[in-house]
Amino acid sequence: MSSTNWNLEPSLESTAVVQIKAQYELFINGQWQAPLSKTYFDSVNPADESHLAKIAWAQAQDIDLAVQAARSAYENVWSKLSGAERGKYLFRIARLMQEKSRELAVLETLDGGKPIKESRDVDVPLACNHFFYYAGWADKLQEAFAGREVAALGLAAQITPWNFPLLMLAWKIAPALACGNTVVLKPAETTSLTALKFAEICQEAGLPAGVVNIVTGYGDSGAALVAHPDVNKIAFTGSTAVGKQIQKACIGTDKKLTLELGGKSANIILEDAPIDQAVEGVINAIFFNQGHVCCAGSRLYVQESIATRVIEKLKFRLQSIYVGNPLDKNTDIGAINSKKQLETIERYISLGVEEGAEMYQPSCHLPAKGYYCPPTLFTDVAQSARIAQEEIFGPVLTIQTFRTIDEVLQKANNSPYGLAAGVWTDKGARIFGLSSQLQAGVVWANTYNKFDPASPFGGYKESGFGREGGLHGLSAYLKFIN
Amino acid sequence: MQPNTSLTDFSVLLNSVAPVDQIGSLERIAKIQTRSLKGPAKLQGLRMALSMIDLTTLEGKDTPGKVRQMCYKAQHLHDQADGLPTVAAVCVFPTMVGVAKAALAHTAIKVAAVSTAFPAGQAPFEVKKLDTLHAVEHGADEIDMVISRGRFLAGDYNFVFDEIAAIKELCGSARLKVIFETGELDSLDQVKRVSTLAIAAGADFIKTSTGKIQPAATFPVVLTMLTAIKDHYDKTGQMIGMKPAGGISSAKIALQHLLLVKEVLGEAWLNNEWYRFGASSLANDLLMQYQKQLTGKYQSASYFSID
Repeated sequence: MSSTNWNLEPSLESTAVVQIKAQYELFINGQWQAPLSKTYFDSVNPADESHLAKIAWAQAQDIDLAVQAARSAYENVWSKLSGAERGKYLFRIARLMQEKSRELAVLETLDGGKPIKESRDVDVPLACNHFFYYAGWADKLQEAFAGREVAALGLAAQITPWNFPLLMLAWKIAPALACGNTVVLKPAETTSLTALKFAEICQEAGLPAGVVNIVTGYGDSGAALVAHPDVNKIAFTGSTAVGKQIQKACIGTDKKLTLELGGKSANIILEDAPIDQAVEGVINAIFFNQGHVCCAGSRLYVQESIATRVIEKLKFRLQSIYVGNPLDKNTDIGAINSKKQLETIERYISLGVEEGAEMYQPSCHLPAKGYYCPPTLFTDVAQSARIAQEEIFGPVLTIQTFRTIDEVLQKANNSPYGLAAGVWTDKGARIFGLSSQLQAGVVWANTYNKFDPASPFGGYKESGFGREGGLHGLSAYLKFIN
Repeated sequence: MQPNTSLTDFSVLLNSVAPVDQIGSLERIAKIQTRSLKGPAKLQGLRMALSMIDLTTLEGKDTPGKVRQMCYKAQHLHDQADGLPTVAAVCVFPTMVGVAKAALAHTAIKVAAVSTAFPAGQAPFEVKKLDTLHAVEHGADEIDMVISRGRFLAGDYNFVFDEIAAIKELCGSARLKVIFETGELDSLDQVKRVSTLAIAAGADFIKTSTGKIQPAATFPVVLTMLTAIKDHYDKTGQMIGMKPAGGISSAKIALQHLLLVKEVLGEAWLNNEWYRFGASSLANDLLMQYQKQLTGKYQSASYFSID
C-alpha cells in the first residue's frame, strides 16, 4: 500500500490581540518622552521583513534624563517603601503580565521571529514566574541571607539581548526591584516592543514614576548608559565581545557588574543513554529559539559506539521539524532575528563546508520573504574547526565522536566559554562524575534547556560572571553591609 | 515476518535495547499534543482514523446477533454522511469468527480473533494452540494473541519468544498481532524489551493491551513501541504494524496518535495495513467530529448508532 500524504494546514495565531503603535517614545519617569535628538529607528518583523514601528533612539542626554529619574525615584520613593510594599507592586505586575500573556506572546513573536508556541509556552509564562518568584522575596531579604545585613545598591542599568527580550527583562527587573533598586533598562534594538509593552504594564500597575525606565536604541545608547557616573550596578546579557567592552568601561569605577555572555555548550551522549530521548534533547538543545540561545547545546559529543545510530535518528527527526512563519502554531523553527544574524549564520555554514565537515540539511520550503535558516547538522567536525569553537547563535549543530569519558571531558572543557552542558546517560554515577568536572554554570542531566526562577543561571570563563535567578540572583542586586 | 532463529538467548538481544526515559518521552509527546490540526488535514485525519479501527466486542455475553450487528456497523459507519470509509476489521472471540466471516463475506473488512486464552493468557500451551487453530480454521484473517506476562516478568524470555513463534506458525497466512498488556509490565524499559522480543519472534503487529486492564494505550507506551518498530525498520527495512488498544475513545486523542506515527515512523505507516486502533467507542466520536468539520455544528449523540 502506498504511503499517505498528510500535511498539516497552516494554523495561524491571530494578531488582532495586539495594537502596535506607529511610533514609540522613551519611557522616562513614568511618561512617554520623545528623544531630544528626535531620532528614531525602524523595527522590522523578521518573518516577512515588514515594518512594525518607529522606535525612539536614545542619546546620551536622554540616558541622563532616565538616570536622573531613576535616581530621584530611588531616593524619594522606592527606597522608602517596605519590602512588603515593593512585593505588592511586583505581584501586581506579574498578574497583569499573565492577563496580557496572549498579547505579549504575539508581540514577542512578531518582533523577534520566535515560534508562537515558544513565546506562548516558554517565554511569557517564565517571565511571569520570575516576577512572582522575586515578589515573594521582596519582604524576606534579611531571611534570605541569615546573619547578614543587606541593602539595595541604588540604580541598576540593565541591557538585554534580542533572543529572549521579555524573559531577560524579567530576569533583570524582577530581582532589581525586589531588592529595592530602581532601573534603567535598554532592550536590544531589534526587539524593543515587549519592553515597551512592559512599560505600559508598569503604568497600569501604578508603579511609582521613575522606578522603571525603558530607553530604546542601539549599542551607542547602551554605551552611554554604562558610562553614566550615577549608575551603581550594571547587568548585561549579550555577546562576549560587548561584555568585554562593558567590563573595560567599568574599570576604575565602583559599579557592580554581572555579565551573562556567549557560549558553545557541549551536549554529551554516552553509550548507555536513553538514545531516543537524547536525540529529542539534542533537538531541543540546539533548535530551541532558532538556536538563538546563549546556552544552546551547539557542540554534540556522541560516544563512538552509538554515533551512527544517533546521527541517523537525528537526520530522520529533522524531517518532522517545521520551519516557517513564526505565527503558525505548528512552527518549530521560526525566523532568524535579523538580516545581520542570518548573514552571520550563513557565513559559518559556508565556513563549515570549507573546513571539510559534512553538512546535512533536511529539504524544507522556506518562505520567500523574511530571514530563515533550515536546521543544519555538521558531522566529521574536528575539535580545531572554527565551527566547533566559535559561537554561531543559530540552528547549527556540530557533531563529534569520542571514545572515553576522560576524552570527552577534556574536549568539552576545551573552550573559552563555559555556560552550560548536557549529559545523557542511564548511570547516575556518571552524571555526578561528569557534572562535577565540566566547567559550566549549568549541567543538565538527561534533559536540556530547563529554566526555573528558583534556579541560578550564569557562566564560567568567557561566558560571564554573576548569577541570575534564585537566591544568587538576589545577591547581585544587594550590598552586604556586614 | 519469520522468527529470527539465529538467536538462541534473547537476553543478549534484550540487553542491547537502549533504556527509555519516562520524562523525555512525556516531553516528546507534549510536543505532538501542541500540534494544531485544522481544515482538510483534520478531515483527512478523521477519515484515516475511521479506516484504521478494529471494531471490537470481547465480552462474555457476546452472541451471534450482537456480532452480526457490529459487522453491519463496520460496513455502514454512518450512511447519512458521504465519503466515509469502512473500518479495517472487526475483532471478536474465536467462537464468533465464523459468524463474523459470514456477515462480512464479499467485503474487504478483515476478521480478527483474540487468542491464546485472552485476556489473561493463563492456560496451558496446548489449549492456546487449539484456541488459535479454531480461529484460523474458521477463517480469521488476523490473530490477536496475548503473551504470558508472568513468564516475561519472571525473566523467562525464551519461553515468551517460543510461544509467539509457535503461534505464528499456526497462523499460516493470517497476520499475527501480539498483545503485551503493557498495564501489567511496569516500565517503559520493559515495554521496549517486550516489543523487541515480539518483533524478533515473528509478530506482524504489536499491540498494547487487551482493553481489560488499565492503564492501556497510554502515549508513552505507544511512543516506546513505535520506537521499537522504527529501530527494527532501520536495521532490517522490514515494517511492523502497530495497534494501540484500550482507552482511546476520543477523536482528539486518536488524531494525536496519528501525528505521533507520522513523526516517529513516517507516512508509510499511515494506513490500515500498518496501523490500527483497537476500540469500540472511538468510531462514534470520530463520526461526530467528522460531521462537525463538514457542517460546522455538533450533533447530538442520538444521531449516531451505538452498535
